[in-house]
Amino acid sequence: MMPSFVPTSGAGSAGASTVLPFGADRAADAMPPVLSLEGLTVGSDAVDLVIDASLTVAPGETLCLVGESGCGKSLTCLAAMGLLAEPVRRKAGRIRFLGRDLGELDERDLRQMRGRDMTMIFQDPVASLNPVQRVGWQVAEALVIHEGLSSKVAARRAVELVDKVGIADPEARAGAFPHQLSGGMCQRVMIAMALACRPRLIVSDEATTALDVTTQAQILTLMRRLQEETGTAMIFVTHDLSVVAEIADRVAVMYSGRIVETGSVDDIFDHPSHPYTQGLMDCRLHALSATDGRLAAIGGTVPRPSARPLGCAFRTRCPRASQRCAITPDLRPIGSSQRVACHFPGRAQ
Amino acid sequence: MSPQFVLTKLFRAILTLFLAVTFVFVVLRMSGDPVAQMLPDDVPAAVITQYREMWGLDRPLPEQYLRYVSGILSGNLGFSFRDDRPALDVVLERVPLTLELGLTALLLTLALGLGAGTLAALKRGSGTDHVTMAFTILGHSMPNFFLGILLILLFAMTWRVLPSSGTGSVKHLIMPAVTLGTSYAATVARFTRSSLLEVLHQPFMRTARAKGVPFRRRLMSHALPNAGIPIVTVIGLRIGALIGGAVVVESVFAWPGVGQLLVNAVAFRDLAVVQTVVLLIAFTMVAVNFLVDILYGWLDPRIGSARREVSA
Ligand SMILES: Nc1ncnc2c1ncn2[C@@H]1O[C@H](COP(=O)(O)OP(=O)(O)OP(=O)(O)O)[C@@H](O)[C@H]1O
Ligand code: SF4
Ligand SMILES: [Mg+2]
Repeated sequence: MMPSFVPTSGAGSAGASTVLPFGADRAADAMPPVLSLEGLTVGSDAVDLVIDASLTVAPGETLCLVGESGCGKSLTCLAAMGLLAEPVRRKAGRIRFLGRDLGELDERDLRQMRGRDMTMIFQDPVASLNPVQRVGWQVAEALVIHEGLSSKVAARRAVELVDKVGIADPEARAGAFPHQLSGGMCQRVMIAMALACRPRLIVSDEATTALDVTTQAQILTLMRRLQEETGTAMIFVTHDLSVVAEIADRVAVMYSGRIVETGSVDDIFDHPSHPYTQGLMDCRLHALSATDGRLAAIGGTVPRPSARPLGCAFRTRCPRASQRCAITPDLRPIGSSQRVACHFPGRAQ
Repeated sequence: MSPQFVLTKLFRAILTLFLAVTFVFVVLRMSGDPVAQMLPDDVPAAVITQYREMWGLDRPLPEQYLRYVSGILSGNLGFSFRDDRPALDVVLERVPLTLELGLTALLLTLALGLGAGTLAALKRGSGTDHVTMAFTILGHSMPNFFLGILLILLFAMTWRVLPSSGTGSVKHLIMPAVTLGTSYAATVARFTRSSLLEVLHQPFMRTARAKGVPFRRRLMSHALPNAGIPIVTVIGLRIGALIGGAVVVESVFAWPGVGQLLVNAVAFRDLAVVQTVVLLIAFTMVAVNFLVDILYGWLDPRIGSARREVSA
């Protein structure tokens, strides 16, 4: 499913360290963001797992979070949803959602926002649904809780939603239990559930990873279509770059707890500037094990959060590493929408 | 739940009952001549023959078996040797008292076991958890009769707040019910805790949180129904222990129920009554297990229907 139109790092025409020319600003940039993380640090007492992460998502925009397994993508999402569980917590930074600082809300306010204003879709759709409840009811529950609908009205709306996510014979399927449906169908149900209260933000944590390629393509098409219809902002976690090419407006690349590069999808695919991003692109070129989240094209493995090198965490694997890299690089703008955390950004070689 | 599922379980229950009935017959015939056992040693042989003829013990075994089965089907379970009344009447008039004791113990068990188990699971690792679990080990390992005697010593003899035996008031019911329910409650509490802990970490519980479901509702309508499946199983499996416990507890507290009747009937070699009680116990156990199976299928749709729809 790798779209052929996406250029890879080697095929780019720009020279090293070019300040990138920038095309039309999208309308989304002008609107206030739905969600913004400002210097978010998440971790337990012993260790930081997400460090100083800043990002924004605008209405109607899809931000892809990419990176190897264990780099902190899920924790970033859970923090945004206010779903971190002990011993992991927000240690610093702010999370602003619809203009409100989530850190100042109590669990009750947060709970009322979850499922109504912000919703989340998970990786394993079958296990993510309650095995002893009919799927239609699981969709309807959000409407009962947040919109105060009667069970009956909510159930009717649920059937409409099940229809909307492209499930044939919605009436009957709404009455099914999760084990009676395929993984793809269950993920459609999860999407219906996520859409029920017309949220402003949908967080999708590897929602398509567990699905086969055909189903994955269908689900992506569905999500894109629904997002266009509703104007919902979306954070989409994946480590499959072909999925990124398919769905992203902007991309944030994470490595060992930090965001190391962000930019528009064109920036990242055409002019990856962080050596790690470039490595990811090379991996894609070589079509190597994108799904298990490990990078074969870059030697070595991600350091454990407790054994991160000082300075740039990538320097144990970076081909460009030098003494300066013992100092942690800040995320600095290069070009109008791209930012990178590297002392020597730009083209490889 | 499909009708097919219910029918299968019903068929299995009837088959089990039939096997139990046959088993009782075989055991009773193998345990020697009942007439000789019941009558004093010095009765004349003629009397023995008379009794043997009256009870049909002189007939060939297959015929005896048929008579026995048709007797059960028509509610004729023989005469009580001691009371000179139909054994079934003797047993049935004791049933309400045993039911009163058993159901009270069961309710106590469910309330205490489910409550303590849930609390311990939600506060895992806390002082509450440790104390609760320590109590369940104690409750689990203490024999019924020992707990009963202990309670009598404290509440009836030392503090004199509860009657040590007999029936008639709620006060009479308290100690027997607690004695009978304690170890059962301990088992239920442990199972509730462990299966709830497992369920709380399932992905669908995270989904419920992400959906904004309030805590109580997540517990009551998402976690407990899923945790309920193994809990119902253990309740069903341990019902035999509850019945066995009733026999002991009724004797300790002189509670004139079926259990006490059984002990007396054995002592007096009142075989028709013994047989009736044993059949009643078999029937109860089969019925309870059938109900548990049905409850199981109702709680878990994956069991209640074998059907599977698949589509992209
Ligand atoms: N409760 C926790 N306690 C301690 N460490 C944790 C906890 N949860 C996650 N981590 C660690 O935090 C790091 C980031 O985890 P996270 O789940 O966010 O990674 P991820 O990028 O989503 O990876 P994957 O692609 O495998 O899903 C990992 O090293 C993980 O081991
Ligand atoms: S800062 Fe240094 S080590 Fe880190 S990515 Fe850039 S060049 Fe490599
Ligand atoms: Mg993850």
